[in-house]
Amino acid sequence: MTAASLRSIDTAIFDPRRLRREFPIFASHPDLVFLDSGASAQKPRSVIDGIAEFYRTDYANVHRGVYRLSGRSTDRFEAAREKVRAFLNAADEREIVFVRGATEAINLVAYSWCGKFLKPGDEVVISDLEHHSNIVPWQQACLRAGAKLVVAPTDATGEFDMAAFEALLSPRTRMVAVTHISNVTGHLLPVARIAELAHSAGAKVLIDGCQAVPRMPVDVQALGCDFYVFSGHKAYGPTGTGVLYGRYDMLEAMPPWQTGGGMILNVEIDHTEFQEPPHRFEAGTPDIAGAVGLGLAIDFIEGLGRDAIREHEERVTGYATDTLSRLPGVHLLPAGQRQLSVLSFDVAGLHPHDVGTVLDRHDVAVRVGHHCAQPLMDKLGLAGAVRASLGVYNDERDIDRLAAAIEAAQEMFRQ
Amino acid sequence: MTMDLRELYQDIILDHGRHPRNFHALEHPTHLAKGHNPLCGDRVTIYLAVEGDRIADVSFEGRGCAISTAAASLMTEVLKGKTIAEAKALFAQFRAKVTGGEAGALPERLEEDAERLEPLTGVKAHPVRVKCATLPWHAFEAALKSGLAAQTVKTE
Repeated sequence: MTAASLRSIDTAIFDPRRLRREFPIFASHPDLVFLDSGASAQKPRSVIDGIAEFYRTDYANVHRGVYRLSGRSTDRFEAAREKVRAFLNAADEREIVFVRGATEAINLVAYSWCGKFLKPGDEVVISDLEHHSNIVPWQQACLRAGAKLVVAPTDATGEFDMAAFEALLSPRTRMVAVTHISNVTGHLLPVARIAELAHSAGAKVLIDGCQAVPRMPVDVQALGCDFYVFSGHKAYGPTGTGVLYGRYDMLEAMPPWQTGGGMILNVEIDHTEFQEPPHRFEAGTPDIAGAVGLGLAIDFIEGLGRDAIREHEERVTGYATDTLSRLPGVHLLPAGQRQLSVLSFDVAGLHPHDVGTVLDRHDVAVRVGHHCAQPLMDKLGLAGAVRASLGVYNDERDIDRLAAAIEAAQEMFRQ
Repeated sequence: MTMDLRELYQDIILDHGRHPRNFHALEHPTHLAKGHNPLCGDRVTIYLAVEGDRIADVSFEGRGCAISTAAASLMTEVLKGKTIAEAKALFAQFRAKVTGGEAGALPERLEEDAERLEPLTGVKAHPVRVKCATLPWHAFEAALKSGLAAQTVKTE
């Protein structure tokens, strides 16, 4: 399906029931209520079939062959890069590095940039809402450099505490790495303001856009960030794909992280000249079909329109918040003023694991546990929580099914 | 409610999950170990008071799902008064039942205890929950090996 034909389906009314038909997983599991898109989204037919079609018609290795097929494959691969550039409104497609996922993107910066620029006594600031993948790479980079990892808190309502953050900034702050939308609470952080304050303190800024990119417009120039990362698989694209956006002057100043073929200009046995970005950071044969698939996922998202997706998911998020907060014994984790598409909750007297098992037997798929955010769970005094996260295929009926399944779990464990 | 859920959450499991037996620390343990399931954050500490080759007392503390709490509770009930060899035989039998492996025959005197553990074998149909049921047993095994060194075993 092309972006144009999708647009013709859905501009008038955003209809998740019709959209479900674009996702073959729901043909295999007609009763499935899938509320775990925050972990990984399901894939539309256009992505699944498009990848197979690419292998059948245009596939060869990229940037290597003189033959025409390799040229075609390279064109498709680089066209995907241009799609990502436009998707993030980056100034230049050389600012788009293809990686395996957000985790690899953050590690790339934490090794390459921190390796060169993070010095003893420097500080890296993260928020207390971060996913492990936006904690551990910085923690380890700080250990390597003799630098310090500092945590900016959220307040009791789940809101990012701007005053506390501002007070943490100092000339020692070298990097501020925060999520755009929390993968646990769904809190939408004021990242443009965070970037502005960080820059006035002389720090660089990386934003983890995993949860934001599939559901709201993102403009890296307007945000003013130095790095922006996301995973393809959470954005209806294939697993094993991801993007590091880095402002060109940032990337240009960074040494390679992984080395090998594809990222070199000239190799002698005791010396190598490296390519310019982005190829400097893409050693080895990349996930060519993955990048093509990610481009198709972007077509899918743009076909629906990110404003429309956001409006739809905001509505369903609001409905879910209202519905779940009316259930006795269900306690929603605080998410601040602005919340999008992710909500976590605790069911009084029930362990999240038991809730998850009962929900699963009602064909409601949710995530249970610590959601790769153990420090946040410790702060909230919870061993874990139940998380429902939305995709374009969810609507209010799914939330009703979720609520009914929670009530069934409560009934089952009633004392 | 689907049958298969009732099979997993039998009344005896719900009862032990809500009202765990032997749920406290021992004042003078000879052995103790902690179990941790990083997947769900469950934690359990097993305390043993071993006299000679017999488990004179056994207890546990921790927080976990209904399955792991009931498994720990039932385990402490059957282990009390057993010899170490008997306890190990019961674990081998139990592990085989929940993972679908082969278990050797149990001495007749232990059959009643094995039967008490039977309700937990419903986890067989829920592979991601098997570790919940075996976590306290793994901690028990670690306690036997490490004495008071308070070793932590992980399911992952």
